[in-house]
Amino acid sequence: MANVVDVRDVTKSYARGNQKIPVLNNISLSVPDGEFLALMGPSGSGKTTLLNLIAGIDRPDAGSINVANTELGQLSESALANWRARHVGFIFQFYNLMPVLTAFENVELPLLLTKLPKQKRREHVHSALEIVGLGDRMKHYPSQLSGGQQQRVAIARAIVTDPTIIVADEPTGDLDKDSADEILTLMERLNKEFKKSIVMVTHDPRAAEKAHVIRHLDKGVLEDINHK
Amino acid sequence: MKIFKLIIKNAFRHKLRSVLTALGIAIAVLAFGILRTVIDAWYLGVEASSQTRLITRNKVSLGFPMPISYREKIAQIPGVTGVAIGQWFGGVYIDAKNFFARFAVEPESFLSLYPEYVLSAKEKEDFLRERNACIVGAKIAAKYGWKLGDTIRLIGDIFPGDWDFVIRGIYHGADRTTDETQMFFHWKYLDEQLGLTTPGRMGQAGIFYVGVASPDDVVRVAEAIDAMFANSMAETKTETEKEFQMSFVSMVGTIITTVRVISVVVIAIILLVLANTMAMTARERVTEYAVLKTLGFRPGHLGGLIFGESLFIAILGGVVGLLLSLPIIDGFGEFLSVNLGSFFPVFELSRSTILIAVAAALLVGVAAAIFPTFKATRMRIADGLRYIG
Repeated sequence: MANVVDVRDVTKSYARGNQKIPVLNNISLSVPDGEFLALMGPSGSGKTTLLNLIAGIDRPDAGSINVANTELGQLSESALANWRARHVGFIFQFYNLMPVLTAFENVELPLLLTKLPKQKRREHVHSALEIVGLGDRMKHYPSQLSGGQQQRVAIARAIVTDPTIIVADEPTGDLDKDSADEILTLMERLNKEFKKSIVMVTHDPRAAEKAHVIRHLDKGVLEDINHK
Repeated sequence: MKIFKLIIKNAFRHKLRSVLTALGIAIAVLAFGILRTVIDAWYLGVEASSQTRLITRNKVSLGFPMPISYREKIAQIPGVTGVAIGQWFGGVYIDAKNFFARFAVEPESFLSLYPEYVLSAKEKEDFLRERNACIVGAKIAAKYGWKLGDTIRLIGDIFPGDWDFVIRGIYHGADRTTDETQMFFHWKYLDEQLGLTTPGRMGQAGIFYVGVASPDDVVRVAEAIDAMFANSMAETKTETEKEFQMSFVSMVGTIITTVRVISVVVIAIILLVLANTMAMTARERVTEYAVLKTLGFRPGHLGGLIFGESLFIAILGGVVGLLLSLPIIDGFGEFLSVNLGSFFPVFELSRSTILIAVAAALLVGVAAAIFPTFKATRMRIADGLRYIG
């Protein structure tokens, strides 16, 4: 099976004043197409940084990242933005929905960057919201939805463009147990039923259990593969 | 949903703040409109000046007369189409606060030189026929409730005595820049009355209105007039009507400059108000901009959102300000008319002021968005997602 993600010898550090803080140290990681990978590790271990690099929203200091057959390091900022719009669905811990937009409008946002006509956009948004079970909440604003429902809207937004890969940063981190279970079940469904490759950062061992593979990051170093 | 809808929704996310900002812009546009209208009103006489009329006065000052014999000599200069005697009368109508310009003129030649003072044929005929007749502008006629046939009394100051005039014509301006707040009466009437009271002041003119055939002749004719009376008892200074009007405006030049500066300061203040609002807005939405970037929105899209919102608030404020300006400037003009007499004969919002106000609002909208857009587009997505506002 081809790899949807190939991270090779990636190093990343951040500057704090004059000090350079290393975050990722010579990391290599492959994710086969259709895999559901969980990245675990303590706070500050570099999980989110690695996720951001895979999603093309940050750039490494060294090494190469190939995602969906595209070498990200060779893309300009503008090309990288287009690539993200086409290939990546992002799910955030705090949902990050636009508070002034309805569920429908939030999900429609990524489609505004496409050339789809209004009717087609409407169809795509309806489908995405039906998949996440919010077909009856389209006109609701985020403030009128529970945390779990908001995260489901965020998932609909992530899948509405039919991306190659979904990256999720602590998608259950702000949810109660029941809502978290709903979200994890939904993600599992996206992986199994819709064949979406998923890379998920989590602290929650129960969330990680849903993944095919769990990788642990500690102090910028990836530990051994833990296949389920 | 279109991006425009998101701009509108964003603009009203903090309704009170947006409304207050727009209101601030509206009030500033109103203040700008009033200040510019004051400047326009000052320059109205200059704007309305003819290119083919000259004013000849005593070189020493306007207060010094010239012999009326100059009229015939001026009329002989090639290129001169007509000459009329004029004399500032001054005086008081009932109370000193009822100020309006009063001139003694040679009626026939004056009216042919000033076709912008429009009278009916009958009014003109009645005015020319009757020695103590006068004509008044439509605005002061309306203000004081005068009608044809009414007698008005002026208390003389430069020319002492009680002066009664019968209104035989109410003139209208040919266009909006024509001053409709003046009164003209027969110079002969003034001269005859002076013959009875102070004969030594007879046969004198304050100014000569000189008509010239072509604008190309203006400089030559003006030089010829002044050369003709050089080294005489009453040397002359001849200038175009525009220069003559400008000499009055320049007397208050410092005030006008101050008003101009204040009008620019007003624009600078609204820029700061809107820039502050947009900076706060952009700071609050750092994470949202990062999310939009994550979704694939490019710097141009973010710029569109921020510029769009800034322009929307600026235009909203500008439009409200202009809508408020129309009745308020009308009312302010009325207030000035009551309290300052005819100091500003025409006080109305001009098209150029409206255009400048709209352009200023647009400029402010654009300028206020530059810094927030710069920050939003330069921000790293990872930093934006970590941002805690």
